[in-house]
Amino acid sequence: MALNRREFLKSAAAASAASAVGIAVPSSLNAAATDAQKDWRWDKAACRFCGTGCGIMLATKGGKIVAVKGDPAAPVNRGLNCIKGYFNAKIMYGADRLKTPLLRMNDKGEFDKHGKFKPVSWERAFDEMEKHAKKALKASGPEGVAVFASGQYTVMEGYAAQKMMKGGFRSNAIDPNARHCMASAVVGFYQTFGVDEPSGCYDDIEITDTIVTWGSNMAEMHPILWSRVSDRKLSNPDKVKIVNIQTYTHRTCDIGDINIIFSPSTDLAIWNYVAHEIVYNHPEAIDWDFIKKNIVFTAGPVNIGYGMRRAGEKSLKDGKYSAKEMETISKEMETTVSAKEAPALAPYGYKEGDKMKHTPGTLKHWHISFEEYKKSLAPFTLDYVAKIAKGDPNEDIEEFKKKLQGLADLYVEKGRKVVSFWTMGMNQHTRGTWVNTLSYNVHFLLNKQALPGNGAFSLTGQPSACGTAREVGTFCHRLPADMMVKNPKHRAIVEKKWKVPAGTLNPVGNQHIMKIHRDIEDGVVKFAWVNVCNAYQDSASASHWIKAAREMDNFIVTSDGYPGISAKVSDLVLPSAMIYEKWGAYGNAERRTQHWRQQVLPVGDAMSDTWQWVEFSKRFTVKDLWGEYTLRNGKKLPNVIADAKKMGYNENTTMYEILYANDRAKKYKVDLTKFPQKGYDNSECIGDSRNVKGSDGKVFKGYGFMIHEYLFEEYAFFGRGHGHDLAPFEVYHKVRGLKWPVVDGKETQWRFNAKYDPYAAKAVKASGSGSTHAFYGPLAKNLLQGTLTGPDKKLGKKALKNKAKIFARPYMDPPEMPDANYDTWLCTGRVLEHWHSGTMTMRVPELFRAVPEALCYMHPADAKAKGLKRGELCWVESRRGKVKARVETRGRNRPAQGLVFVPWFDEKVFINKVCLDATCPMSKQTDYKKCAVKIYKA
Amino acid sequence: MKNIKYLLLRRVTQITLLVLYFGANAYGWHILEGTFGSSLLFGIIPLADPYTTLQVLATGFVLGADVLLGALIITLFYFVVGGRAFCSWVCPINMVTDLANWLRRKLNLDKEEVNYRFIKRRARYWIMVLGLIVSAIVGVAAFEVLSPITIMQRGIIFGFGAGIAVIVAIFLFDLFGVKNGWCGHLCPLGASYSLIGKASFIRVDHDHEACTNCMKCKVVCPENHVLYMVNKESIMVTDGECTNCGRCIDVCDDDALRFSIRSFIKK
Amino acid sequence: MANSGNNRRKFMATTLQSVGLTALGGLLWSGYSDEVKASPLVLRPPGALPEEDFLKACIKCGLCAEACQNRESNIDRDTGKARPGTLQMAKGGDHRMIGTPFFIPTDVPCYMCEDIPCVPVCPSGALDMPSLLNEKEELEINKARMGLAVVHKESCIAFWGIQCDACYRACPLLDEAITLEYQKNERTGKHAFLLPIVHSDVCTGCGLCEKACVTEKPAIFVLPIEHSTGRAGSHYVKGWDIKDQERVKDAEEIKTKNVRSEKEAADYLNVEVEY
Repeated sequence: MALNRREFLKSAAAASAASAVGIAVPSSLNAAATDAQKDWRWDKAACRFCGTGCGIMLATKGGKIVAVKGDPAAPVNRGLNCIKGYFNAKIMYGADRLKTPLLRMNDKGEFDKHGKFKPVSWERAFDEMEKHAKKALKASGPEGVAVFASGQYTVMEGYAAQKMMKGGFRSNAIDPNARHCMASAVVGFYQTFGVDEPSGCYDDIEITDTIVTWGSNMAEMHPILWSRVSDRKLSNPDKVKIVNIQTYTHRTCDIGDINIIFSPSTDLAIWNYVAHEIVYNHPEAIDWDFIKKNIVFTAGPVNIGYGMRRAGEKSLKDGKYSAKEMETISKEMETTVSAKEAPALAPYGYKEGDKMKHTPGTLKHWHISFEEYKKSLAPFTLDYVAKIAKGDPNEDIEEFKKKLQGLADLYVEKGRKVVSFWTMGMNQHTRGTWVNTLSYNVHFLLNKQALPGNGAFSLTGQPSACGTAREVGTFCHRLPADMMVKNPKHRAIVEKKWKVPAGTLNPVGNQHIMKIHRDIEDGVVKFAWVNVCNAYQDSASASHWIKAAREMDNFIVTSDGYPGISAKVSDLVLPSAMIYEKWGAYGNAERRTQHWRQQVLPVGDAMSDTWQWVEFSKRFTVKDLWGEYTLRNGKKLPNVIADAKKMGYNENTTMYEILYANDRAKKYKVDLTKFPQKGYDNSECIGDSRNVKGSDGKVFKGYGFMIHEYLFEEYAFFGRGHGHDLAPFEVYHKVRGLKWPVVDGKETQWRFNAKYDPYAAKAVKASGSGSTHAFYGPLAKNLLQGTLTGPDKKLGKKALKNKAKIFARPYMDPPEMPDANYDTWLCTGRVLEHWHSGTMTMRVPELFRAVPEALCYMHPADAKAKGLKRGELCWVESRRGKVKARVETRGRNRPAQGLVFVPWFDEKVFINKVCLDATCPMSKQTDYKKCAVKIYKA
Repeated sequence: MKNIKYLLLRRVTQITLLVLYFGANAYGWHILEGTFGSSLLFGIIPLADPYTTLQVLATGFVLGADVLLGALIITLFYFVVGGRAFCSWVCPINMVTDLANWLRRKLNLDKEEVNYRFIKRRARYWIMVLGLIVSAIVGVAAFEVLSPITIMQRGIIFGFGAGIAVIVAIFLFDLFGVKNGWCGHLCPLGASYSLIGKASFIRVDHDHEACTNCMKCKVVCPENHVLYMVNKESIMVTDGECTNCGRCIDVCDDDALRFSIRSFIKK
Repeated sequence: MANSGNNRRKFMATTLQSVGLTALGGLLWSGYSDEVKASPLVLRPPGALPEEDFLKACIKCGLCAEACQNRESNIDRDTGKARPGTLQMAKGGDHRMIGTPFFIPTDVPCYMCEDIPCVPVCPSGALDMPSLLNEKEELEINKARMGLAVVHKESCIAFWGIQCDACYRACPLLDEAITLEYQKNERTGKHAFLLPIVHSDVCTGCGLCEKACVTEKPAIFVLPIEHSTGRAGSHYVKGWDIKDQERVKDAEEIKTKNVRSEKEAADYLNVEVEY
């Protein structure tokens, strides 16, 4: 039967639509579908891109992915995709895929930092890596070996990397790009709930009456979720309200009932204003029963700096920062309280003109009374907040006040369900942790959290920021399943499971991603490996880090599918298998874990990042890594070689044998006759027909055991029974993802709610509180007591088991604000068409054609005042650097006067050279959303 | 050097003009923008081709004043310097047809038996009038639809595309078909300039006394009927079809030909 | 005598021949010219007269294309030099009236420059500057009508439910020329369709949507207005729209004739009914 393409698509679409709704397909049509697809293999996977976590189906033919469709059975997207998802099949086959390792070499074939990239074998690549890693260890100890990790790692890759770094190298200098995207949300979760990740799920969208977005352009960044929001609005347009709160008008404002444009950083004030309205003007709206049973009030210090370099750091002393840069960096040590922030800081004992001495950011906090909390809210009257928060100079202040009032009314309205969504606006913020916790304040006061259709919900940016970076714990301070390297008990649990000697793990985990960059610049880190991210394009103050990589004595390795900025500044580039060229799993923003199988063989000699880590581990033995080290802070890591021997290892046992190819691992058999392995490639476990020559120069024939299942199951062990239960490996290959905790085979929709979350039910039962909720997260559940200005040690500590926290946190200025010289706010972000730094999507011809370059979006009046016409080139210059971009005064993003928006996907508009590397001092997440620039004609 | 003086000068002029036009598009120069149809000199003075302007007017379209003024300027200019000076000093097709002509001589194609003379030189005037009629009927400047002159010029400025075929066709026609076939027989633009330049001031003058009757001038002349006086009379070449190319002066070894100012006062 | 008779006959014959050849040449030339101008699906620069008049008026000088290419907003970010401009001058093989300016959105769309550099330079009036002037006598590119974008629903993936709208975001008159229509998706029950809808009273035909469209062959494309619009008759006026009367202000006496009415009444009546 000859079916043309059009007919095929018709019948395929009908078949998939029909199966989605469970209609029997007419048999003739059914036959057509099978016939057309007879040499196609369809299998499920997760979309490569954002944190939404859409399910897709991939068609492979002749060993190549030929087509993709939305998975009609996936609850998140029901067969739909956004345009990035639409191009999942096209991202892997760009003409310039990396196919072989490339090393910078001189003419004699020796490594040369100033040489040109030339192809080398995997064996040679690992020789160089081994040599330089050992050199770095010798020079700086474990703190000298670092990894730029990723929220786009598969679960298994992240776990493999973390195991070798923390268990092998004893280095905590592994931190993901998720630090740039989620860290403030994470610290917000830890501080508020004592455990990471959201209480709600996407089902909230269909249940709620009100969607409030805070610093989130959902329409472009989470299009599928936005279509669900839109659908919800359509279902009851009069009742369902949408409020958008951001610093410039964007597409999400299209269907907003209220759109609030605020001055950067004043979201802190707006949240406090809403709380002020509740506490002062609508005390009847407070659910005191809920509060008493579940909530405590807390405060922390405010003089915590801005996460920049501090006085005395080596590179500052060496004069690597210009006088202009130092104007901003000096704020890290001391600021003068401004007129804008003074009223908000008054309850904390500051007045305008006071010098505020900053100490390094701390997570410290303590109990306060409700009265103290109420005092902290006193300044946030409508008048004050409207005055400091109005972001459009041309907007009438009374109009703006009406909007704020309208916002508060929606939250307060009895019986109205409210979901607050946010993305990077609230996370990439010099007070990101604060503003995250402030969101829960409002929801808690009203008992509108962790209920169907109610709750504050952090939307993740990356496909596995939750699943890998957070849950696996590829952060410098974390271990799997919410455990911390600082906690000796947690270290012991991990050491035991990993079968490494007690004391192996390094208790000091402070090398977050910006710190790694700074440590390279300071000459401490001498070996750095970039995994599944583009660390040299995605970090602010980029020129510093690139200069350090290129000019200092260090060795930078980048593993990637395509050459990007990071590869360009590296010394060695490794070709990585891309997403569907390996077995993998991602975890999305609603705690949904999704697995897929290897669909095709990687191109060229590319191999997965898991394989690269495992091969790397073969180069290091017990005696190489487990001797004594003195850390920078003077702490000693003990020599554990003797203990290792007691465990049956010898000096020459490799990390490969200990961490990966151990007895537990070998129990996970390769069985090509059974589901889920049957019929699928498995390059790591059995090798493949490409016969890639491996790290020993011989053809790689596979590890001989099911390493993916081993890594996943060992990782899952840590969470099971601790509120983070994952289903068995095999189950995930049958279902369209499950939201953890998966207890008795059932997923959990609303955490901490006794009705839905078995762990909450258990905790409520155990405590006998009779509450509807139990915030059972274990972190920081025993605190000192005090007032807004500090704890009083005499009062001693008070436990808060099963309770969550409301934090008193004021408004504060960011460290760099527009002034006479740099008169414009710069905000950066993304566009729907491109993913992150564009290494994949810029290579898809259609997406490149749609959005070929990053534009500088600005208000027409600003452009006119600066003598710029739409389409002309302008310089965007900060104290740190400048880039040339084309002016756009129309189109999708419409800033008010005084602010410009420049997306960061375009390496030719390298906006991170302009951005400031100030971070939330608590979460260490960079604030890409505000710095001061000047704009002038290029 | 002597015998290619005017040839060189012409080539320099032609190429300079093309470079200026090319640069206007490629580099944004404001010396000479547009094409021969209509140009802008120094970003302000309009210039327009009179015949093209007439064709547009024939379509019934009321043209902008810029074009009319430009056409007037060009008309006056060629009225003074000799109408068909355009053909030999400006028109890029001239280089193509000159090349064809030169090759024709080299390949001995000039012999009577391979020179088809089925077209009369006056055909161009018919074509010129016909062009205006067709413009009026079809409602589009008719010669501009196929004019190799602007096709070549636009080709140089904006890229040729398949338009190169027209240029090649002209070349082949002149080489293997009719000697001076395009410029001397068909081109209505040349015809229009012949009319404009009928009474121009700058003319070639012939000195019968110095002439040795070598006939080199007649060999190179693309419109050699205008040289009917050679070795007969000492008069000026007054025929409007003379292109003032100066090749006859170049090749004359006897100083019997030179440029001169026409005097309308009878000596 | 015989000689003069011969001469006269020869003269007559030559004249006849000349006239005949001229007529033949004229026919061929007219036919050719008419043929080459019959390339209706061509997009012209802003302010271009209706195609018929434009072809009469355009003197093919290329000043518009040069102004487009060399405008300040066309500088390549990397090289600092001019990029290929929007306007091309039709060459042989472009299958458009040779020497006239046009653009192909998928190559380079019109970026709708505020100062419209291509129009004031037109010497002939083929690009009609007055048509682009607003009430304040300033050039306003929004008044341009180069064409009209049309969406092919079957290949537009937004109509499949894909969250695309690349055209909508690319539109310089976003939310005016293209708006989104939100529709419930009954199949999934929870993902609204966001459908791009073009508004012909605002769309300038710049083609940025066509350029941005991510389907293999664009599902949204610009056609000359004449070819992308229909026309309701002047015999009916929207009763609910007071302004619609404007539309039919040139309405004329109605005369109709078709196969049913072509016979005179009596002729019809005089044909017997079959029974």
